[in-house]
Amino acid sequence: MNTMRYLLVKEFKQILRNKALLPLLFVAPIVQLLVMPLAADYEVKNIKVGVVDLDRSDYSKKLVTKIEFSNYFKLVDYSNSFDASFRYLEKDAADLVLEIPKNFERNLVREKIEKVFIAVNAINGTKAIMGSNYLSLLLADFNKEISTKWKAYEMAEKSPVIEVASLNWFNTWLDYSFYMVPGILVTLVTMVGVYMCSLNIVKEKEIGTIEQINVTPIKKHHFILAKLLPFAVIGLVIFSVGLFGVAGLVYGIYSIGSLWLVYGFLLLFLAAILGIGLLISTYSQTQQQAMSVAFFFMMIFMLMSGLFTSVDSMPAWARFIANCNPVTHFIEVMRMVVLKGSGFSQIKYHFLIMLGFGLLFNGWAIANYKKTS
Amino acid sequence: MQDIVIKTDKLTKKFGDFIATNQISMEVYKGEIFGFLGANGAGKTTAMKMLCGLSIPSSGSATVAGFDVYTQREAIKKSIGYMSQKFSLYEDLTVIENIEFFGGIYGLNRKALKEKSAKLIEQLGLQPEAAKLVGALPLGWKQKLAFSVAILHEPKIVFLDEPTGGVDPVTRRQFWDLIYDAADRGITVFVTTHYMDEAEYCNRISMMVDGFIKALDSPANLKKQFNVPSMDEVFFELARGAQRKAD
Repeated sequence: MNTMRYLLVKEFKQILRNKALLPLLFVAPIVQLLVMPLAADYEVKNIKVGVVDLDRSDYSKKLVTKIEFSNYFKLVDYSNSFDASFRYLEKDAADLVLEIPKNFERNLVREKIEKVFIAVNAINGTKAIMGSNYLSLLLADFNKEISTKWKAYEMAEKSPVIEVASLNWFNTWLDYSFYMVPGILVTLVTMVGVYMCSLNIVKEKEIGTIEQINVTPIKKHHFILAKLLPFAVIGLVIFSVGLFGVAGLVYGIYSIGSLWLVYGFLLLFLAAILGIGLLISTYSQTQQQAMSVAFFFMMIFMLMSGLFTSVDSMPAWARFIANCNPVTHFIEVMRMVVLKGSGFSQIKYHFLIMLGFGLLFNGWAIANYKKTS
Repeated sequence: MQDIVIKTDKLTKKFGDFIATNQISMEVYKGEIFGFLGANGAGKTTAMKMLCGLSIPSSGSATVAGFDVYTQREAIKKSIGYMSQKFSLYEDLTVIENIEFFGGIYGLNRKALKEKSAKLIEQLGLQPEAAKLVGALPLGWKQKLAFSVAILHEPKIVFLDEPTGGVDPVTRRQFWDLIYDAADRGITVFVTTHYMDEAEYCNRISMMVDGFIKALDSPANLKKQFNVPSMDEVFFELARGAQRKAD
């Protein structure tokens, strides 16, 4: 027990004295959490539209005005020929080109039907799909406006219409920061855990002090525990600052579910990812190696975690990888508990898996760390 | 008859086909300064690692401080001190913090630790530097401090692996004064070195060539045996036949 105290004092002193590491540990995650959710936003704005108006009628101008004044579109070109507008598409200066055909107004009034043509720049897939969806909605809206005008005159018989009214549960305004902030917080805690933990032990190998430790009667599990505990504490602090400070005060996200549950899961998660850091450090000889390996795994952890893309829509093999990723489970638990208020019974499967990860990685690492050769 | 603190019998370590240490047998006595000499790659470090419990022998037997190197490695670690050429203290801890850390993990209690570290700092004349980071000290001071820390817990044996590499002659002399002090207190000193003047300071020395111990005696007897005036020449005589390339 005494040994543990000396080891912990040493570790904390060394970490707190590291002038390069400390800001990286505390300031960087908070700044990232402040900035990243603002950028990681699926909402598409500023869609650049070129309009080819071959009709130049009252109705066509009304439609163009409607586009111009919507929040989502920016009119970049208003011309008489499709070729001219298409050039904008080619130069990436426009995302969409809307062609209003000749006799648009006449056909609309006489035949009550007319077709418009939309050309989409599909290089930026999300923007293209969202843009054409928005534009279709806008056209439908326009359609409704003019048809109600006529109906008033003609007293036309009511055609049955099904209108879909949707309500967004748990995130009423479809605010993406709600979705992103808990997830980004998880990846930041992961980075601190995996990088710092893997580098710390390798550093002792590199400067040779590990040999000195190995000739002392220090028990293997004491040494390893003393290495992990400080980073578990740092992980807890960063997570708390991120959850209450940034998510709460800045984004107004407060956990609906039990904080005990969140922190209980966090502890298991920290045990698992610190185990990964430890494992990397037992296989690496230099900090450079450890950093490269940790970076490789971090990339997989980030991209295969369901942070940016839904795990459910991945192909089966990718879903398997995502399920082998501790980060996936914590992000899901965070979203469930913090945003939906899920209870233990809904996430017990994740608890079990995380416990498994913790035992696996730490057991493996301890078995692989040898005091003797 | 002197007390035997290290005894090896045909101690061997193989790495695949390569025999790093080949059937070495020796006895080291209590309070003796035992020089462990040999060219680079002769197998000194491997032998030392086995005796420190860092490496498990392939065959043969050995006891250190009465404990078996196969089965009682943790007991050995409690009875020895170790200092390597690669600097072994924490450079980002202060002098006093290093002393307290290493003393603490060997189980010294707080009171004893306080007294010992105060005495040690005074002995080394490090009072003005006590609160400084070890990284800021000159190499010679670091090595003296590392040695003092290695014997802080009064081990039976202290292993020194080229402790004076890169240290100036004056500091080396002071370093050897510390070694003599320790030996006078009954601590056995097991030291490897490439400086032949240092070899002369040892009570007995062994010479390793290609994994074998080729000679083992006091410096005076060795010089007589090879009929040469200095240890330098003893070394040349013995190492000349080496097959292994130095690394």
